Amino acid sequence: MPNKQELLDLQFIEARHKLLDLAAFLDRVDRHAGAEDFRFSAMKSTLPILLEDRPDRAKVILEALSDPSIEPIPQAAFQGAFGASQNSKSKI
Amino acid sequence: MRYIEPHAHMVSRTTDDYEKLALSGCEVVCEPAFWAGFDRSSADGFHDYFRQLTEYEPKRAARYGIKHFSWLCINPKEADDPVFAREVMGLIPQFLKCPTVLGIGEIGLNKNTRNELAIFEEHVQLALDHDLPILIHTPHLEDKLKGTRLTLDSLANFSHLDRAKVIIDHVEEHTVSQVLDAGYWAGMTLYPDSKCSLDRAIDILEIHGPERLWMNSACDWGVSDPLAVPKCALQMKRREHTAEAVERVIYQNPRDFLSQSARFVI
Repeated sequence: MPNKQELLDLQFIEARHKLLDLAAFLDRVDRHAGAEDFRFSAMKSTLPILLEDRPDRAKVILEALSDPSIEPIPQAAFQGAFGASQNSKSKI
Repeated sequence: MRYIEPHAHMVSRTTDDYEKLALSGCEVVCEPAFWAGFDRSSADGFHDYFRQLTEYEPKRAARYGIKHFSWLCINPKEADDPVFAREVMGLIPQFLKCPTVLGIGEIGLNKNTRNELAIFEEHVQLALDHDLPILIHTPHLEDKLKGTRLTLDSLANFSHLDRAKVIIDHVEEHTVSQVLDAGYWAGMTLYPDSKCSLDRAIDILEIHGPERLWMNSACDWGVSDPLAVPKCALQMKRREHTAEAVERVIYQNPRDFLSQSARFVI
């Protein structure tokens, strides 16, 4: 397995690119008119997780963006998914 | 490099993609029944679809030296109308006799409704009645965690179910442990946007080990990449996984699971 230095050599520029893309996305949404919706709020609420000293940041972010309810629903209003739950625990 | 693509929706792909798969080392494609991007208006539509899966696609794949197998069901997105779903399920037994049908799949939940759950459980019983392996879809994005839990709770009620003959697909970091710890196989789907990236799938492999894990492209009509599995194999090599480790996850593991169907002869 590669060590930290080797992983950074392999993937730092790609990760930097993704970080800048996320920052630009946040700027872009802020710059445009309209109300903020639950997806944007949910995404922003997960950002502090990135700075936590823990080995499972991806898992915790996925959990934060998940529907926290546990019972089957009576009927679906639509077939798709949004990527964040309107009932998310992660609202800020 | 040889590999098995254990989950691809080739009815939505061009013949060019079969050539690309063959050129990249794919020897076998397995195709679960799924949603076509729109709701079919009659059970006859599914009858034609099952014929396409069992008659046409194996011939199209064979032109490129690829073996094609299929799984049958009514997918969860069209299973929320139980009357319609049961009409389609009534067609399945006649197709189970086809020589390339491996089992029941991809069944499961989409929006985690009561009707989806009821039809899921009827599919599980159908598989048990015919002693067939099961391939289970887990929901997308925010619905995945809840849907995985509901699926596992439901399966736990089937006391005669052999968990080694069940694969729960589309796992991510927040669901993989639950699936593996319960004794099932787990599938990682490599999608550009909405499921595992190549590197995240490799992370899961490094953290959980290769036991009872496979990876697939689940390429279909949407944003997806039919070459995701060989691309992930390449990325594994870049991250210094051995050739043996790569071979295990892209060939041996799917072969071992799929060989539980006597029809899976390669």
